[in-house]
Formats: sequence, C-alpha cells, structure tokens
Amino acid sequence: MQVHHYDVVIVGAGGAGMRAAIESGQRARTAVLTKLYPTRSHTGAAQGGMCAALANVEEDNWEWHTFDTVKGGDYLVDQDAAEVMAKEAIDAVLDLEKMGLPFNRTPEGKIDQRRFGGHTRDHGKSAVRRSCYAADRTGHMILQTLYQQCVKHGVEFYNEFYVLDLLMTEVDGVKRPAGVVSYELATGEIHVFQAKSVVFATGGVGKVFKTTSNAHTLTGDGMAVTYNRGIPLEDMEFFQFHPTGLAGLGILLSEAARGEGGILRNSEGERFMERYAPTIKDLAPRDIVARSMANEVREGRGCGPNKDYVLLDLTHLEPSHIDEKLPDITEFARTYLGVEPYTEPVPVFPTAHYAMGGIPTNIEAEVLADNDTVIPGLYAAGECACVSVHGSNRLGTNSLLDINVFGKRAGIAAAEYAKTAESVELPENPANDVVEMLEKMRTSDGTERIAAIRKDLQDIMDANVQVFRTDETLRDALDEIAKLRERYNNVGIQDRGKRYNLDLLEAVELGFLLELAEVISVAAIHRKESRGGHFREDFPDRDDENFMHHTMTYLDPEAETDGIKGMRLETKPVIVTRYQPMERKY
Amino acid sequence: MSTDTTPEPASKIDLPTHVSGEGGSIPSFDCTFRIARFDPEVDSEPHWEEYSITMYGTDRVLDALHKIKWEIDGSLSFRRSCAHGVCGSDAMRINGRNRLACKTLLKDLDTSKPITVEAIKGLPLEKDMIVDMEPFFQSYREVMPFLVTSGHEPTRERLQSAEQRAAFDDTTKCILCAACTSSCPVFWTDGQYFGPAAIVNAHRFIFDSRDEGGDMRLEVLNDKEGVWRCRTTFNCTEACPRGIEITKAIAEVKQAILQRAF
Repeated sequence: MQVHHYDVVIVGAGGAGMRAAIESGQRARTAVLTKLYPTRSHTGAAQGGMCAALANVEEDNWEWHTFDTVKGGDYLVDQDAAEVMAKEAIDAVLDLEKMGLPFNRTPEGKIDQRRFGGHTRDHGKSAVRRSCYAADRTGHMILQTLYQQCVKHGVEFYNEFYVLDLLMTEVDGVKRPAGVVSYELATGEIHVFQAKSVVFATGGVGKVFKTTSNAHTLTGDGMAVTYNRGIPLEDMEFFQFHPTGLAGLGILLSEAARGEGGILRNSEGERFMERYAPTIKDLAPRDIVARSMANEVREGRGCGPNKDYVLLDLTHLEPSHIDEKLPDITEFARTYLGVEPYTEPVPVFPTAHYAMGGIPTNIEAEVLADNDTVIPGLYAAGECACVSVHGSNRLGTNSLLDINVFGKRAGIAAAEYAKTAESVELPENPANDVVEMLEKMRTSDGTERIAAIRKDLQDIMDANVQVFRTDETLRDALDEIAKLRERYNNVGIQDRGKRYNLDLLEAVELGFLLELAEVISVAAIHRKESRGGHFREDFPDRDDENFMHHTMTYLDPEAETDGIKGMRLETKPVIVTRYQPMERKY
Repeated sequence: MSTDTTPEPASKIDLPTHVSGEGGSIPSFDCTFRIARFDPEVDSEPHWEEYSITMYGTDRVLDALHKIKWEIDGSLSFRRSCAHGVCGSDAMRINGRNRLACKTLLKDLDTSKPITVEAIKGLPLEKDMIVDMEPFFQSYREVMPFLVTSGHEPTRERLQSAEQRAAFDDTTKCILCAACTSSCPVFWTDGQYFGPAAIVNAHRFIFDSRDEGGDMRLEVLNDKEGVWRCRTTFNCTEACPRGIEITKAIAEVKQAILQRAF
C-alpha cells in the first residue's frame, strides 16, 4: 500500500472534475484521480450546447434562463442555485472561449446561439436562441479544452486509479474527510490519498438501465462510495430519459436536431408533439417529449416491425445545414442504423440519460451530511451531485453548464478550505475494508456471472422504473433487485490476476449499480405523485401539498423502509426565492 | 441562422411503408474471433486464441469482445467507455487495420473468415488489447496543446469569423485514440517521432486565429523528430475514426514551417 499526501484530491476527470482541477491546481497541491483517462470521460459525448443568456443573436437575460430552469425542473429546483447557475453561465461560456474553445460563430464573429428544449424568451412566450455550441460536439470540445488547460497548468493526474472508499474521521465531534482509497488498475496496488479537501465529480449512473446514452463506465461510483459512508443521496427517483436515443441502441442524438428544425413523427406520419405541447411542440422539455413518444408507441402508433419506436425527421432540412450543424449525430445514424438522415427519418426512442439526483450539496458545492449540516472539506459537482439546479427534470444544455459553474466553485472552495485547514489523521489501517472486499471478490469461488446479473438488473429497470411507473412495477423491481443482491453475494470472476483486472472492476461496479438501483426504486415508490422525470400512472398529477420537497435517502443499519433493511427516507424543503409553483404547460 | 427561414414542417406526411412498419428481423450468424492474448503475469509474448460466437449484423466488434468477456472468458481485457466512437478508448487492430471496436460493424467485415483483433502497435503492450498510453500523451503534451495568448484578457469573447474557425475545424475533432499514431510506420520504427496525433493537435492551435504560440510549436515540430519524419503513407488518414484529413494537416504544418523560415 502506498500513501500520498495532497491538499486537494479530486475524484473524476470529466468536465466537473477538470474544471475544479484548473482552479484548485493553481491554488493548492492537487491530485486528480480517474478510473479512465481524462479525455475518455462522458462529458465528451454531450452534443448540443451550453446555455447562457449572452444575447448574441436575440434579446435574452439570465433571469429568463433561471425561470426556464425552475419551470423545466417542475418547481423542485432550489431556486438560489438556479439563479447562481444562470447568472454565472455567461462568464462560464466566456471562460471557455478564452481557454480556446472553438464555438460556432455569428457573422460578426461572436459566439453563435441556437434553440434548445425548454429555453424560452420572457417566461415561456416562444423558443429563444440561448445555446452556445460547437457543431454537435460541444461536450467533446469542452472536455478537450479543459484537458488542454490542465496540461497547461501542470495538473497532476492519476489515470486509471479507481476510488473505492472515502475515509472519514471525527474531529472534535465533526466528521471530516481524511482522504480516499484507490485501486490502481495497472498494478492492482492500493493507494491511499490523504487530503484536506476531497471533491467528488464521478458522473452518473445510467448503467442501471439497459437502454441508455451513458458510457459503460457510468456506474455511480462516487454516489455509492459516499452513500456507504453515511452521506445521503438526494432525489434519486428523478432520472431523465432523453427522447432521441437511436432505437434499440440508446446512442444519443442531440436535442439540437430539433433545435435546428428536426421534428418527431409517428407511424402515421403525424407531427404528434402538436398535440402534447401546442406552443413549443418538439422543443418541449425532455420529460414531456419522452412521455409523449412512449405514449404514441403504447397507443399503437409506433414504427418498425415491433412498432416500438418513433421517427426523428430531418428530411425537410437542407443537407448543407445538417452537415454544418449536426455532422456527428447524422453520422451515428448512418454508422449504427444504416439510415441516411438527408432522405429518411431516423428511428428513435427514449434512452436513460441523466440522474437529476445525487450527493446533496449547497451552492458552494459543499456536501451536506443532512438537510443543512455542511461536511467541512468535502465537495461534489456535476452529475454525481445534487445542488439542486435540475429539480425533477434537467433542461438540455444545463448539464454542461452545471459542470462548469459548480465544478469551478468546487475547485475554488476546496483549495481555499485546504489553505487554512489542518490535515485530518488517517484512520488506522485505512485501506482494510477495500483490500478485504477486493480480495474476497478476486478469490471467490462464486458461480454467478457478473454479466448475467447486470443484464437482469438492466432489464428489470427498463421494464419497471422507466418513463412510466406504478407502485406495482416499482415493488416488482425491488423484489427482483433483492434477489439479484443475493445472487451477487455468490458472484465469481475469472480473472485472478493483479494487472488490469477489469473483471474485478466490473464486479465492483455491479455492486454499486445494484445498491443505487435499490435507492432509485425506493425513492420512486415513496413519491406518490408525478413530477418532471418521475411519472406515476397511479398518481398522474403533481401534488405540491404533499410532495413539494426533496427526497433524502440514508444508509441506516437500524432502519427499514419498504421491507428493505438499512435504508431511511427523509425529506428536505425546496428553496423557493421568486417563482411560486404554477401549472407546467408548454 | 437558417432555422429562422426554414418553413414550418407539415403536421402530417405520408410515410413509405418500409419506414412506418414492417421490415424483417435481423439475421444472426456464427463467426470466429482470433484474438492476440497477452497476460503479463504468465506470458512472455502474445499468442492467438480463437472464440466462436453467434452475433448479429448490427453488432459491433466491441459487442463481440463483450460477449467473449462476459460469457466465455472474463480475463479478456480491453479498454472501452462510450461505445459510440467519441471517447477514444477502444482503438485496436482489427483485421490488420487500426479502428475503434465500437465503430466497426460486423456486417462490414468478412465474417466467413476469422476476424483478427490485436493491440495497436508501437506502444508498450500491457495486457491483451491494453497498451501503455503514456508515450503517446507525452508527445501530445510537448506540442503545447492549449491556447497561447498575450496581453490583457478581453472582457467579452475574442471575435473569430466563420472562415477563420473553418481553418482548424477538422483537427478539433481529434479524440486522442492513437489509431493514427500507432498506424504510422515511422512511429513503429522510431518511438521518438511525435506522430500524427500530436501534429494534428498542434495544427488545431497553429491555425487558430486567436492563438499566439504558433512559432513555438512550429519550432518544436521542426525538430528532427518532428513533421519532417512524415513519409506521407496516409496510414494515419485511413485509420482516423473521426475522418480527419491528417496527412493534409501535416502538410499544412510543413508549409507553415517553410513560410515562417526560422
């Protein structure tokens, strides 16, 4: 076991982690740990853009952006956080431009902007051009630009170091992070990183679902690691299903396709969104579009041999316009489905895309131990965190914004804290738990295969916890997950080696997925209303009287919730500043 | 811009039946994968192993590797993440050509013969398809792959015309997968050569109208291990999964060096 000492340790090297590292690295001794290489992170798969009220092409202001974010999140957004994000969005975009990001340009040479779902002029009057973009690879350009800046500033990376535990020590009655335990994939060695501040920026957990736009590596590691150390998870029932995944594959086709004029059609050739969102139609927020699509399919107006998808129609757009604005996603349609988007509509269906919930933080990116107690020195940002700027449904482009605004805040705060704080002593034998878990798994004679359990989990989640949910489907899911957790206790791996044992890695990831799938399902059972991305057919309306609050799920060995031992649910008030909940129509 | 001028699409259109419904089921077939296996804890050099599996035409090579790993041999090791050609993790040699496993469809390969899969060449082999990427990233870092500017930062964005941006658009697509560099015969024989990917990333900044570090980068690339080692074999351009015209970019960098003449 090796022990390293830093002021700040950042876990994860996607957009949020690297944005934090750029700030922290210039202020304090910083290490970034990632289970991948930084440029492999899934920020790079984001396509459409990053919204900010630059008003480069038409009138706009950040207050409208705040309102859209709050309404888009079906009023479960913490409004102080949404204000911070919308206000700081402008500098966040300009920061990236100054770092060299090659945005598309207006004829005057300014950053060009385009329409995106749910982003409107003057509180919903019409769609507004707010999304700053680099063709349909904005996320790729953000990831590359942030990595370039990390190279410039000499940020220290530990690539392919998988963080498996957060060390917490009690100091004068207050629990504080002492560091993290990581597993070096190349060697199988354990490394303990002692740090005054720890930032989690580990991304999402889309792999609990079968049809997902998420990378294979998005297994909720940071959420699970903190949850296992007694830190709650907030609003885990809210998962976003992106309307336009390539049918059967889940590969993302950006909402920019609709921002640029693409429309959705059913098997009868109808532009069905005219019925569901008469004002902004195909540019309604994702939860509404995804549900509308699923409903078309349920009512028998799906396309294809199994009538199980709808069509994204770009055929009325100029091919040159498609090439200029949407080159990558049209290439995906050609490569993976053999469809030519110039002349044929593209088969699409909702794909699990984004976890609105996560590790609870305040607007300084400080992690909360409960509704309001800050854990000094512990931070989280990006998809693994819940500030909450997305509420029950994230607007398109607001995730790239979130990672930049709150990644930066986390980096600055973590470094400033580390300047004044004393190191917390590492617990005795800090890596024992991790070593024991890994050795048990590596040498197990278990007969269950990782892939079989994972496939069953993903099938169960797609069938029961997707766009439409009921008490019955959710309880079914929980029963099945419980059985899978039993089977997981008997999981065996075939790679017994130390070096690049990715078999072992997948086994650990599966454990996290099972745990988080359970948290998602329990939280979803308890929210007996429909709001944003969480739609309960048995409770189809929003119920502000009983559910205008966040869900906080705790690991608690003493508690029992819905027959699940060791889990406790609490609620947390939503921060409302200027917008009272209204009916959400588009 | 053109979004404002696009006419409102029709509320309802007639779809051809092959689009709205019907269509056949996807046929499955048997195929054999011949994979270069290397376990550093046991083997002194790689050896071939064959796996017979049933796959679908819509499957990718990555799906086949997953099937082998998940159902036959869990020790098979390869990097992957996004699985749709944007993260750059899974560059490997497939039937002797560098490609991304997640972007190579089985229907585009001759499945009547064994499909060979091995690690990319020229970088130290770690295990199965996994190589040490550090020398590759080292070259990347040496070309100063970040915007260099001087003077005061403007309060708003720096202006750049669409034409100026177009000059380096192609090279911004790079995902650092190393398919190009590890397909280059010069790189195979001389590991000191910067390689195409580093030059592509230098190009991305040299031709960016906002950048002021061009001379420094050109000096680096004018080195004996720089652009002049390129023998224009076009392997890199053929290998690039992002369709970057790499050889053209290298030629533009050579031109820029000659024009600036140190």
